[in-house]
Amino acid sequence: MKKTLLAGLLAGVAVTGAAEARDQIRIVGSSTVFPFSTAVAERFGKTTSFKTPIVEATGSGGGLKLFCAGIGEGHPDIANASRRIKEKEVKKCAENGIADVIEVKVGYDGIVLANSRSTDRMSLTLRDVFLALAHEVPNGACGSADACPMKANPNKTWKDVNPDLPDMRIEVLGPPATSGTRDAFVELAMEGGCKQFAGIKAMKKADKRAYKMVCHTIREDGVYIEAGENDNLIVQKLTTNPRALGIFGFSFLDQNDDKLQGSMVNGVAPEFEKIAEGNYPVSRALFFYVKKAHVGEVPGIAEFIAEFTNEATWGPEGYLADKGLIPMSDTEREEWRAAANGLQNLSM
Amino acid sequence: MTDPRQSPTETILASLPRRRRAEARFHFYGIAAIGIALGFLILLIGAIGHQGIGAFSQTEIALDVTLDESVLDPSGTRDPETLSTANYRAVVRAALGEIFPEAVRKRRDRRKLTALVSIGAGFELRELVLADPGLIGRTMRVWVPADDEVDMLFKGVTVRDSGRFTEKQLGWLDRLEAEGRIRSAFNWRFFSNGDSREPELAGILGAMSGSFFALVTCLALSFPLGVMAAIYLEEFAPRNRWTDLVEININNLAAVPSIVFGLLGLAVFLGFMGLARSAPLVGGMVLALMTLPTIIIVTRASLHAVPPSIREAAIGLGASRMQAMLHHTLPLATPGIMTGTIIGMARALGELAPLIMIGMVAFIVDVPQGLLDPASALPVQVYIWADSPERAFAEKTAAAIIVLLAFLVVMNLTAVILRRRFERRW
Repeated sequence: MKKTLLAGLLAGVAVTGAAEARDQIRIVGSSTVFPFSTAVAERFGKTTSFKTPIVEATGSGGGLKLFCAGIGEGHPDIANASRRIKEKEVKKCAENGIADVIEVKVGYDGIVLANSRSTDRMSLTLRDVFLALAHEVPNGACGSADACPMKANPNKTWKDVNPDLPDMRIEVLGPPATSGTRDAFVELAMEGGCKQFAGIKAMKKADKRAYKMVCHTIREDGVYIEAGENDNLIVQKLTTNPRALGIFGFSFLDQNDDKLQGSMVNGVAPEFEKIAEGNYPVSRALFFYVKKAHVGEVPGIAEFIAEFTNEATWGPEGYLADKGLIPMSDTEREEWRAAANGLQNLSM
Repeated sequence: MTDPRQSPTETILASLPRRRRAEARFHFYGIAAIGIALGFLILLIGAIGHQGIGAFSQTEIALDVTLDESVLDPSGTRDPETLSTANYRAVVRAALGEIFPEAVRKRRDRRKLTALVSIGAGFELRELVLADPGLIGRTMRVWVPADDEVDMLFKGVTVRDSGRFTEKQLGWLDRLEAEGRIRSAFNWRFFSNGDSREPELAGILGAMSGSFFALVTCLALSFPLGVMAAIYLEEFAPRNRWTDLVEININNLAAVPSIVFGLLGLAVFLGFMGLARSAPLVGGMVLALMTLPTIIIVTRASLHAVPPSIREAAIGLGASRMQAMLHHTLPLATPGIMTGTIIGMARALGELAPLIMIGMVAFIVDVPQGLLDPASALPVQVYIWADSPERAFAEKTAAAIIVLLAFLVVMNLTAVILRRRFERRW
């Protein structure tokens, strides 16, 4: 009897609860932006009278999908993304009545190739990275689109890739295909090396799909080892296996730089300043998107944007830099701050 | 091949040593199996314990803070709003400046110096002042948490020359230590705080409350429903194709992967019923769906194990079927039902997958106060901390696992004790 009563009570609570207005910001999206977004959310909750926003790590795509599902309490206010929103997604948003979206660029994230400090530091070019990890590589000369025969990647050691590199077996631990870090790595590093072959570059115009196929496919013969979404796991494996290279976000290198060293890419080391200046080739921009219709409805959104775009937060000496975020340049920060706090609409 | 001239006794005697050896071998295999299983268990618990033990202590720094009225409450109104948004970080910085007057002259040094103390120091001072505004204007010595990097250094996880500290910072730390301003204290914050992005402030209380509320909901829904369904199916339902179908479906449900229940929860509880995302109420409802088949199966088995003679005797003495069941069968089956329910709950406590879908895998700082406040859960906390870049979260992760395991052990132990005390054998 008591228990049925209790169950009834629960159902009652549920109904009244759903009708109550939401007084807490809800954020979804990229797991790369998650550590930064949560840090801001926590400070925001502790230093203002607003409640601490709730941040979910759903991945960039998943987050934008939730974000664009509609307006109202049941839908998130902010979506984090480790890439820019796609035209498709903007359209989807508009279909669901979300016409006005505010875009805020947060800063940059470098993707590093790192190995244990007990081995020598590697110095790679993007071309080396492509030749080491691609599924297929050019067979001989690759002068034009028609004269670029491909073959399955035969490279076993770094020396096979480039005679200047050590005679060490290629072994790379990296994120799986579902990861945003992997997408960015493929686009920036693999494609960057891939298009240095004139023939492949010519292919881009002739047959874009074939070009993507060649440049974006990572080999599956055990040389590239998918190590799961957890970057800490890759860090641990690298310390026990000095021959292996790992691919992960800069903040994990920053936290473990006494055990690991980042490989030079095109002669540039993955260091804070180098990434901030835009010299390090494998870095991407991070964003968050705000639903304009929710500003004013859910308390604190405008203040949250102000906190995020504050110099003490995202500046070179701000607390996000301590968490591994690479800040934008002074002028870029100034522009984005003005646009964000003016609630300026996204323009594609 | 037996010798035809041997008598049967001789044959048996001849085979005895061989059979005894087989017996001994069999014993050995059994013990070896148990030994290996125990070995793995000890290895697991040992590794987690070794890693997690550090999280229960925290390096603290003593500061002589002056709760300066001109900084905290310039208007002197003691308005709680002013007091809660005042700049306590400045008070902390001033206290550090008292100790190292030479370090606060340059901006860069000042930053490096304040970085040694957790940003939580300011928040803790605020709590002190809000609890007792009379403290304003006084100077007192408080122990505030050190930054997680400093904590890792004093715990020996990182070494001095790891490059994570400048020479100056190491010098300051040495002086603090020499002056007796550094201690390692029990980390009560781990049990009284919600989640945080700062490892030294991160606590398990939010996740524990979330798990508690979700399990209460789960129990309140699945236990009565499961037991009623099982009683009806076992004692009253006619045996026909329909009840067979129901039975097969219940058995199948028990084997459905838990993520599927999460998807169902997302579609029905969040989509159709419009309940709040991340609420432990919804988490509990999803976990109840998952636990329900287990409880039904266990309850039916326990009812089935009560000898029919007891039921028949009661009916023979004039009891109705309902009376026979409520007065005799059910009480005798209770220990079994309890055991099954507790084990079902223990499984629900460790579930992560269904919670992803309904938004409980999230960063939530505020400790939930009720069924509808956003909450995470213990396994969620383990998952989030395991994925965080700061090295100090490694020991927090292990400590969260220890807490989760402790709960599981307590629940399973309760199940064993209940069974031992109340079980009847026939």
